[in-house]
Amino acid sequence: MKHLPTLFRHELRVLLVAPSTYVAGVLALFIMGFFYYYVVIETAVREQETPPAELFFSTFWIPVLLIVPMLTMKSIAEERRLGTLQTLMTTPVTAAEVVLSKFLAAYTFYILLWACAGAYPLIAATVLGRETAGQVLLEPGSLLGGYAFVCLTGTLFVAVGIFSSSLTRSQLVAGMLSFSVIFLLIVGVLAVKAVGSNIEALPLLSDDGLGYIQIFEHFEDFTRGVIDTRPVVYYLSGTLLVLGLSTLVVESRA
Amino acid sequence: MATATSNIEARSLSKYYGRQAAIKDLSFSIAKGEVVGFLGPNGAGKTTTMRILAGLLPATSGEAYVAGHSVARDPSAAKRNIGYMPEQNPLPEDMRVAEYLRFRARLKEVPRREIRRRVGEAMELCDLHRKAARKIIGALSKGFRQRVGIADAILGHPDVTILDEPTIGLDPHQIILMRKLIDRLRERTTMILSSHILAEVEMSCDRVLILSHGRLVAEGTHTALRDEFIRNTRYRAEIFGGESEVRAEIEAVSPDLQIVSRRTDPADGFVTFEMETPARENLSEPLLARLHAAPGLRVRAFERMNPRLEDIFLAATQRSWEIETEGDTNGHPPARIR
Repeated sequence: MKHLPTLFRHELRVLLVAPSTYVAGVLALFIMGFFYYYVVIETAVREQETPPAELFFSTFWIPVLLIVPMLTMKSIAEERRLGTLQTLMTTPVTAAEVVLSKFLAAYTFYILLWACAGAYPLIAATVLGRETAGQVLLEPGSLLGGYAFVCLTGTLFVAVGIFSSSLTRSQLVAGMLSFSVIFLLIVGVLAVKAVGSNIEALPLLSDDGLGYIQIFEHFEDFTRGVIDTRPVVYYLSGTLLVLGLSTLVVESRA
Repeated sequence: MATATSNIEARSLSKYYGRQAAIKDLSFSIAKGEVVGFLGPNGAGKTTTMRILAGLLPATSGEAYVAGHSVARDPSAAKRNIGYMPEQNPLPEDMRVAEYLRFRARLKEVPRREIRRRVGEAMELCDLHRKAARKIIGALSKGFRQRVGIADAILGHPDVTILDEPTIGLDPHQIILMRKLIDRLRERTTMILSSHILAEVEMSCDRVLILSHGRLVAEGTHTALRDEFIRNTRYRAEIFGGESEVRAEIEAVSPDLQIVSRRTDPADGFVTFEMETPARENLSEPLLARLHAAPGLRVRAFERMNPRLEDIFLAATQRSWEIETEGDTNGHPPARIR
């Protein structure tokens, strides 16, 4: 892994000069800003049981579906299309280093965008008065829980984006693929659950099985301050699995 | 292990895509410091062989060694000793030349303190050290892009440099510059280069490997290949006089000598005769003396024609094609030709 720092710096630079990074950033921050504004208005108009931070983070999946494909679709697909992946693989770097550097760079930007969204509660609290609104808007439990959830799930989503990009030469196909897979990961389980009890005979599709991979259920736990090790294991092992598959694809199709 | 004197060794390399063979049972070795040209028609397996040597593609069977390291079993060590410029020379469009070379030097494990010096040295060798160093790669001409590719390939001081079609798409001026560059690199590294421009290979390479249908059909120096594939010797003379007199004089020198073509210059009536003989000995002196002394004939130019690499290439690939076809029609596997 000695080439990882060099590759990581290079990938960060590539993301910094890519227009898609800025499009993703601006759109995501605009959408997140809009949702936060809506949450603040709702909280002000009628009394809410759930804290505003929790309400805000419950819409996490919309920015995710926008940010992740745009940050990752170019990563390997474009290098494969241009042939620069080939020249990269003639140096002593390994496929794992290449995949990991792209993952870490995209993940860094992903976290950076969510960190920028952290300015919204600060701005709202400052404008509305720290004493009155600040206590509600800056409630640390739900804020930290929401951010922990976003950071943890982000590993799997970004890894899925990198994997999608490793499968094709076309950025568009990579983007559509990662959008679809992430959509299925987030919403698909809900849909399967809604289909009902006919499929409960299969162990993974039992209530427990579905609950284990149900992202919204993890979200509720995190924002309530419940940090269970099972979702941590689920996301991190899923991330490692998907990155491992990406490495195999890059190795076999450089 | 590879032999001590060879920097590149291929042992029975084969690569199959499904049932389709890209290369079959390919064996050769290249000594330290040699510049070797890979020739072959499109689809002969040149790029596949180069990609296997560079560790980009695994061989279906057989083994390749670079600087004594097995490419399949010890890819990192092999890659540390190899510089490779692929056919299309892909480069990142949005980086500056010096910045890109520094990045590549770090990946090639050039010691940190050495990076600046090595990048400067490679840019100077490839004539990139003036204005081009600060330019964005996407704004460079094809010739400069090729130079960036070669500078990248030699950055790590590799024992072996592989250049796949380094002159493709270049204009004649750029080709001459590229030839000079290859000459400058001659002492530093063992080099394999493939090219469709046979004159280029003839001028730059010590030895030639000719591939056809994934097989090595000929290998050797230009002279050795000429002796193996070109049986006849040709002479050309510009003579003023009748054809029958010329025929009589050349038959007196050697009965095997035949006129194979003639072309009259309408401006002055001189005829360019091309003569051919299966004899290997050099008949230039007696032939010229005889033609010069003949009454009624005036000779203004005479030469013994050296077969071009193009003729050797055509003869070698044609022979392999005939044997391949013959093998197929008889239902037998094709014979191995070396």
